[in-house]
Amino acid sequence: MTVDHATRVPTSNSTLRALGNAWRSFALLRESKIAMVGCGVISFWIVVALLAPVLAPFPPNAQVVPFQAPFAAAPDGGIFLLGTDQLGRDILSRVMWGARTVLFFAPIATFSAYVVGIVMGLAAGYLGGWVDDVLSRVSDIILSFPVLVLYIIIIATIGASGINIVIAVTFASAPGVMRIVRGLVLDLRTRNYVAAAQTRGESPWYIMLVEILPNARGPLIVDACLRVGYVIITIGVLGFLGLGLPPPDPDWGGMINEARALALAFPHMTVIPCIAISSLVLGFNLLADGIREVSLHD
Amino acid sequence: MTDASTETAPLLEIRNLGISYYTRAGEIPAVIDFSLRLDAGEAVALVGESGCGKSTVAMAIMRYLGRNGAIVDGQIFFKGRDITTLSEAELRQLRGGEIAMIYQEPMSALNPSMTIGDQLMEVPIYHSGASRAEAREMSISMLEDVGLPDPERVIASFPHQISGGQQQRVVIAMALMAKPSLLLLDEPTTALDVTVEAGIVDLIASLAAKHRTGMLYISHNLGLVLETCSRVNVMYSGEVVEEANVETLFNEPRHPYTKGLFDCIPLPDADKDARPLTPIRGQLPLPNERPKGCNFAPRCDFFEAGKCDAGAVALAGDEHRVRCVKWQDLKFDAVSADTGVAAGNPDQEEVLRVDALRKYYTLHDRSIGALISGKGITEVKANESLTMSAHKGETLAIVGESGCGKSTFAKVLMGLETATTGSVSLSGETIGDTPVRQRSRDQLASLQMVFQDPNETLNPSHSVGAQIARVVRRLSPDHTSHQEIHRRVEQLLALVKLPAEFALRKPRQLSGGQKQRIGIARAFAGNPSVVVADEPVSALDVSVQAAVTELLMDIQRERGTTLLFISHDLGVVRYLADRVVVMYLGRIVETGKTVDVFSPPYHPYTEALLSAVPIADTRYEKKRIVLEGSPPSTTNPPKGCPFHTRCPRKIGSVCETQEPPEVDAGNGHKIACHIPLEELRAVEPVIQAAS
Repeated sequence: MTVDHATRVPTSNSTLRALGNAWRSFALLRESKIAMVGCGVISFWIVVALLAPVLAPFPPNAQVVPFQAPFAAAPDGGIFLLGTDQLGRDILSRVMWGARTVLFFAPIATFSAYVVGIVMGLAAGYLGGWVDDVLSRVSDIILSFPVLVLYIIIIATIGASGINIVIAVTFASAPGVMRIVRGLVLDLRTRNYVAAAQTRGESPWYIMLVEILPNARGPLIVDACLRVGYVIITIGVLGFLGLGLPPPDPDWGGMINEARALALAFPHMTVIPCIAISSLVLGFNLLADGIREVSLHD
Repeated sequence: MTDASTETAPLLEIRNLGISYYTRAGEIPAVIDFSLRLDAGEAVALVGESGCGKSTVAMAIMRYLGRNGAIVDGQIFFKGRDITTLSEAELRQLRGGEIAMIYQEPMSALNPSMTIGDQLMEVPIYHSGASRAEAREMSISMLEDVGLPDPERVIASFPHQISGGQQQRVVIAMALMAKPSLLLLDEPTTALDVTVEAGIVDLIASLAAKHRTGMLYISHNLGLVLETCSRVNVMYSGEVVEEANVETLFNEPRHPYTKGLFDCIPLPDADKDARPLTPIRGQLPLPNERPKGCNFAPRCDFFEAGKCDAGAVALAGDEHRVRCVKWQDLKFDAVSADTGVAAGNPDQEEVLRVDALRKYYTLHDRSIGALISGKGITEVKANESLTMSAHKGETLAIVGESGCGKSTFAKVLMGLETATTGSVSLSGETIGDTPVRQRSRDQLASLQMVFQDPNETLNPSHSVGAQIARVVRRLSPDHTSHQEIHRRVEQLLALVKLPAEFALRKPRQLSGGQKQRIGIARAFAGNPSVVVADEPVSALDVSVQAAVTELLMDIQRERGTTLLFISHDLGVVRYLADRVVVMYLGRIVETGKTVDVFSPPYHPYTEALLSAVPIADTRYEKKRIVLEGSPPSTTNPPKGCPFHTRCPRKIGSVCETQEPPEVDAGNGHKIACHIPLEELRAVEPVIQAAS
């Protein structure tokens, strides 16, 4: 609690307090070992992505010497720490640059899915009636499609690009988010503070966004962490299917796809991006588990 | 206690028990220096407010303290064996076999996916190796014992198919199946309606007498304890502060806390002008913030520095023990509670008028079975032609048990539901069919509500100040600038006697009583003419209840607000209401001035309701009328008089076929009953001063 304005009604100073709250939440999170391991893995990849231009020993698309095993020496000095691929590009550099792609698009796509899913879920849960019927049936239909088929159809229709990955992920994930939000809202809308807001004539959107949504945040944060993990996998899959970012820009899924035919002869070309994907996904899952553990504590 | 046979050990003896919980904050002592003795066939009460450690004691007797709790001191002897040293296997035999426990919430004590028969039969099958057929027979006879009609049907039902009172009877039956010698009852009737509670209390007493079961009765309700137990332990903040025979303790309490508890309960014949409730100030200290010396010292009127905060206080006395260093010097009668407030005379100006209000809900059953039979739509008749009015500055109480339609009525008033037929007018404007979104700002501001559950009444995500400020911004047009709103929030906090710093707090940092105060501040933000209070204090502890009730009445008196007080607690209603409306199954059965409703002539339902309320005072005697069964369902209410299925004074078939006429007993006192008024007048009062 900030005490300097102890006798004042809080309105100013709210950024400071928000920072204070965030710090306290993090301090709580530090009690969970799992969450800390997750945080460590994620931070590692974030640092790698941010510093890729500095850290990467070679330009990601430079074709030097093909088919080099890890630790092979490069012609003009330096070492291919993780080897090179069939076109002679340094795998370490490509993995580093690939981290930028995935850590840029995965959170954006998840966020976008959440915005759409939350709005749908709030409307369905709070307004009920035909709004709920329509939104729930639409989401049922989307969820009943095999996700992969859905992605292929969407990307094939609108073309492969970063923004289209975001659209595809949003389209496929928003119904899942909506279901969670709707369930939470159905419970929270019966609380007396919602009735109190109604009896002072608040508009439905005020009630949904200010009275209900903040109280649904706990389960949503946990789910968001898990979902970022799924989206990372999805981006990998899209890259693998050739529906991700157009070549030659480095993309983990794309790297696996390009080296697929040579996987038996040169396993390092596929195994390394696989490890990158799974470690990052694991990081997010551990973080989600940790948050859940801490939130159950009190 | 005098021991007839000194060589036999008592059924349960607890010596200097200490229990601690281990949390992030370190070791927290939950129970300190607890001793108790209980003989077979005896009922001992453990009384205290929430957080005083009374349930922890029961859990310790079961050795069921969870992962972070431990017995750190003392022994628990059950039939001479020290429970604290038993192994897990021995404990399993003890739990449910020799010691059984009955919990507060019957629904959560029963497994919803098993039939009642299967759950009951488990007990003898596991504990005495009975065959299924034997177990079934035992179950049926036990269900008969606990007074359930039609045990064959009950045994095949799932828990949700029977009523709450019946569920609690099943839980009692289950506890008794293994013929335990000790029964632990943790608030066994708190979740039930008063008329149902009366039946359960009788049942427990008769069963204990029959099987000579020892009972440890945990409760916060002093009246109930007086009716059920022979000895009482009053607990405060982990310690027993007073222990005595029931009569001794009720007639001459020695500890200031015990005395304070009694002063928080309205007397059965006093109203708000005769004897205001005197709440205990402050609140229960957190276990890790207990004061040095006497735990009650910070809240005590008799506190003496150097004496009360010197060191741990021991229990003094032998038959009547009390944990207070000054107990021999205390004279309670010297403290006068008379504030001399003149009786407010309510205006005759009518503020709220309800005319023939009906609220039906239609339920749509979309199952295939319903489609075939054509019975897809059922109607729930929540309110059936309610007519009443409330005057300026008056307190109108609406009394009834759960399911009587009182909360639905509140929703219609607030515009959260609209009336099916009939009208509601507020200061001359018709609002009965105006949903809340279409009401004008003045209409919204002049009709506000205080809610029941303190934990739900405030939004946990926003600060208290922000929540009050929002109401001010919405409902009070003359406060627009930032400073004005801010000042108004401070005023409102002062109105409910909370410091201005509370504006910065989040609801989780407040106690239940404080949350309820904020709820009251919020309701009064727009200077309402009518405030609907739906059981505003029923979820609070006794000492806090009194404070919140007094606060609500002070504000009402000061502002001349009309208060619609919805409650099932007749004690509080009698204390604060000017007029009373008694509801049963969505109808008004009796209405009139409080004095008139609480004395003959009564409607038979009001009479039963009055007799069911436990009175925490040995100076009064009352008739016992225990109603059979539970209220019928509102989807299919009985024809004729709604009360005829349970009425002890039913006069014949006329009750089943014709709706009772409303008889005027004078002075605006109306009773809807077929029994002639003269006969009702001749009924003797339920509550009388003991001779």
